[in-house]
Amino acid sequence: MRARSEPAAALWRRVVVGAMGVVVLALVWELYKLLGPADGVLVGTTTVLPRTTDLAMPHLWVMGGRVLEPVNGASAALPMWLVVLQASLFTLGIAAVGWLVGVAVGLALALVMQRFRAAESAILPWIILSQTVPLIAIAPLVRRWGAQIHLGEFTWENWMSVALIASYLAFFPVSVGALRGLSSPDANHVDLMRCYAAGWWKTLWRLRLPASVGYLLPALGLAAASAVIGTVVAEVSIALRGGIGRLIVEYAGAAGGDPGKPWAPIFGSVLVGLVAAGFVGLIGVVLRRFRRGEVAV
Amino acid sequence: MSVEPSVDLGAPVDTALAVEVINLSRVFTGRKGATVTALDNVSLTVRPGEFVSLIGPSGCGKSTLLRLIADLDTPTRGTIAVFGTSARQARVNQAYGIAFQQAGLLPWRTVTGNIELPLELHGAGKAARQARAAELLDLVGLTDFAASYPDQLSGGMQQRVAIARALAESPRLLLMDEPFGALDEMTRERMQNELVRICGETGAAVVFVTHSIPEAVFLSDRVVVMSPRPGRIRDVLPVRLGETGKRGENLREEEAFFRAVRQVRELLHGEAPDRLRGVETR
Ligand SMILES: Nc1ncnc2c1ncn2[C@@H]1O[C@H](COP(=O)(O)OP(=O)(O)OP(=O)(O)O)[C@@H](O)[C@H]1O
Ligand SMILES: [Mg+2]
Repeated sequence: MRARSEPAAALWRRVVVGAMGVVVLALVWELYKLLGPADGVLVGTTTVLPRTTDLAMPHLWVMGGRVLEPVNGASAALPMWLVVLQASLFTLGIAAVGWLVGVAVGLALALVMQRFRAAESAILPWIILSQTVPLIAIAPLVRRWGAQIHLGEFTWENWMSVALIASYLAFFPVSVGALRGLSSPDANHVDLMRCYAAGWWKTLWRLRLPASVGYLLPALGLAAASAVIGTVVAEVSIALRGGIGRLIVEYAGAAGGDPGKPWAPIFGSVLVGLVAAGFVGLIGVVLRRFRRGEVAV
Repeated sequence: MSVEPSVDLGAPVDTALAVEVINLSRVFTGRKGATVTALDNVSLTVRPGEFVSLIGPSGCGKSTLLRLIADLDTPTRGTIAVFGTSARQARVNQAYGIAFQQAGLLPWRTVTGNIELPLELHGAGKAARQARAAELLDLVGLTDFAASYPDQLSGGMQQRVAIARALAESPRLLLMDEPFGALDEMTRERMQNELVRICGETGAAVVFVTHSIPEAVFLSDRVVVMSPRPGRIRDVLPVRLGETGKRGENLREEEAFFRAVRQVRELLHGEAPDRLRGVETR
């Protein structure tokens, strides 16, 4: 009974601590808004803390209330939360595609690098270099190249460009993490597989992949976060309609008369991030057998 | 089990030696071209069913010799035959089972899963695997821990699982590199008793690397004493204190045991073998 109740207690503690974090954040926001100077805190002429006007820092309940109201004055306007939710789902879908492609490419690269020593020194520097190219620079390129692709029925669409950019960010942590994980087994275990005359595939399946799970899970989490950020940013740079990125830009213009409005899509992007993180957490639960020996979670 | 009956001299079924090492040398070349002669012109034979211990100071090439026999490394010069075939062929044939100093269990597999690993890799059916694992768990006395994970076991229990795994495919040769090195003295002696019993039951030949003189004497038919830099065999001492499987606790108290221990110690410390033999016959 004790053994069962302890993890449950630990889980509760984590939930409570997590909730406390959100509450503290909300309190800091409201306290600063209450006590901070209206013009913000300045050092010389540089603003180091924001203004506390209702325009710059709306009350939390203003943001919350705004979510329940219709998007705009039009009579057929949908409620804000529904619009944001739809956009969130749109963005989440693209991010998921980008994540999947990124994970597949990252794993494939890691496998090639693990299999062929020479490939590691040939590929790894390029992988690292690839991440130094700014996203804003490649987005229009990807879009232009994509527009030229026509294969029979298939035409490249803008959302595919966004997914591609998301995968461009997502593959990086996976390839690096998976490479570390695949090379993580002890010499002892590798020798053992050799004694069993197990070939590369069998060694991969029985030893290297299971051993890499502990490295892979954080990498998958990073990849998920990267995919979400990449999707939102790429939606803006490619000007794709329908997603959170677009809403953020669109609503930012409304801040003047409607200070709660820009915050709704921001909450939407947080939601997308949470869902993505939760999904990776779920993978971790499914694979927990392979994480034995790690510090208890 | 498909194991040859415990072999005495000249078993009719298999006349090939379990291990035959002839003029074996292994030279490691480090960076900047510096060389280390880990083994120099070593020759050794192990008969089927025979228990041979390798003992010697650190760095004298015991592990290197074992790894060469296991085809985990290739010799610079000389030949190795295992049951009449090349070391490579023997490895591919799964002619030997192996256990290292660290138990080396896969942490994500249960005790049963770990024992089944070699069977699984070589395509044994599920039922056959389970039956064999149960049999081996019984042999090493861990039936109650079949479903436990390695991190739930003590060091000694993990080592027993590793031995069960090494025995999984009923090899006629066991290669063991300080398998009890990390255990406390009490557990160690118990494990030695078990190993002697298991060898008696399975009739496997064993090449056993150890740092412990009493361990070598207790377990072995012959003790191979090695010397370092370059790694050579200094002498081979027949010890065989009583039938395999009938050696018990009291053996450790007997006069013959102490005498053998002293002989091995003197050999290790570099006494001339001739003088020693003189002592022995007196
Ligand atoms: N892979 C290697 N590369 C270079 N030198 C090696 C390698 N393996 C072993 N050696 C050298 O060979 C010699 C013998 O090593 P080995 O591991 O066989 O010793 P050992 O008798 O098993 O020692 P110990 O009792 O400490 O385990 C040592 O001097 C060691 O430095
Ligand atoms: Mg060694």
